[in-house]
Amino acid sequence: MKLTIQVNEGPYQHQASDSAYLFTKAALEKGHEIFRVFFYHDGVNNGTRLTTPPQDDRNVVQRWSDLAAAHNLDLVVCVAAAQRRGIVDDGEAQRNKKDATNIAPGFRISGLGQLVEGGIQSDRLVVFGD
Amino acid sequence: MSMLHLVNKSPYERNSLSTCVGYVKAGDTLLLIEDGVYAAVKGGAAAAKLGGLDVSVLGPDLAARGIGEDKLIDGVKVVDYAAFVDLVEAKDKVQSWL
Amino acid sequence: MSEVKKFMYVNRRAPYGTIYAWESLEVVLIGAAFEQDVSLAFIDDGVYQLVKGQSTAGIGMKNFSPTYAALGDYEVNKIFVEKESLEERGLTLDDLQHLTWEDEDEDWAEKDSIRLVSRAEMADILAEQDVLFNF
Repeated sequence: MKLTIQVNEGPYQHQASDSAYLFTKAALEKGHEIFRVFFYHDGVNNGTRLTTPPQDDRNVVQRWSDLAAAHNLDLVVCVAAAQRRGIVDDGEAQRNKKDATNIAPGFRISGLGQLVEGGIQSDRLVVFGD
Repeated sequence: MSMLHLVNKSPYERNSLSTCVGYVKAGDTLLLIEDGVYAAVKGGAAAAKLGGLDVSVLGPDLAARGIGEDKLIDGVKVVDYAAFVDLVEAKDKVQSWL
Repeated sequence: MSEVKKFMYVNRRAPYGTIYAWESLEVVLIGAAFEQDVSLAFIDDGVYQLVKGQSTAGIGMKNFSPTYAALGDYEVNKIFVEKESLEERGLTLDDLQHLTWEDEDEDWAEKDSIRLVSRAEMADILAEQDVLFNF
């Protein structure tokens, strides 16, 4: 089964990102293919590398980066939502004249077309939100 | 075509479960996750809404909230994340009632 | 060439209190270019998104409601509104924007995009879809 997962909420505030992560991990363990994980609305905040969560709790952002590295996942942060919320990569910093970037490893910023394409190319779309 | 309905919010906080049950058809499954699991607790006002439906509950979310399986209404299946994945595959599509 | 899928964008939230209504519309607009079989569903508080006469100057937000009127130009013309949701909120079709599209197969005749359906009918419509987006 080819899956696209949509994450609508940011780390810690809602359980959405956790549920999405655990679901994605379980799907990979069963040998399914993750076409894309698309982060929309506040979900783009999962893509900042600047979090410092407490040592005794899970590191939501790092977990996604590690899963992406281990399985060559395509983690996409929506550009329009990212611009609104301040998630920036080199390209965006240059285009919008920002003095810093904060995108976490394994994530890339791209258009909403990537979500639509996920819906077209995948067998299932699973949405996690509030 | 069958559907997997996901409900992730408590029925006492939001109307998502109430709306959802009006959309469940024969052959569909309703999976309660996150705060949605509270709907399956025996004696709760929301439990009545689940009558006649094929309901599963995500075990890890029950455990996190201190809800023992003995506290659930009859007929509800407790599943893990692996079974959640299987449900997504078994049904034709997923509707998230956020 | 991949097959055409039935895409449904499900809207259940009111506008302005949260961003979901607007950001959902942004997906619809981008998605229009992908030539899938697109429908929109307005259920629960989602019906409030279509209420006419929105004026946002006092809250300092952009009024994005004119975008619904433009959907017809993007060939998005299957807009299902749930009757029970309207009635529960004391609304009628008259409270909503009159959304239309031009049917090129019928000499550009103007037709209504909004289809008022019961919950039972909406359930049948959802059951026919391939992909369901929720925000």
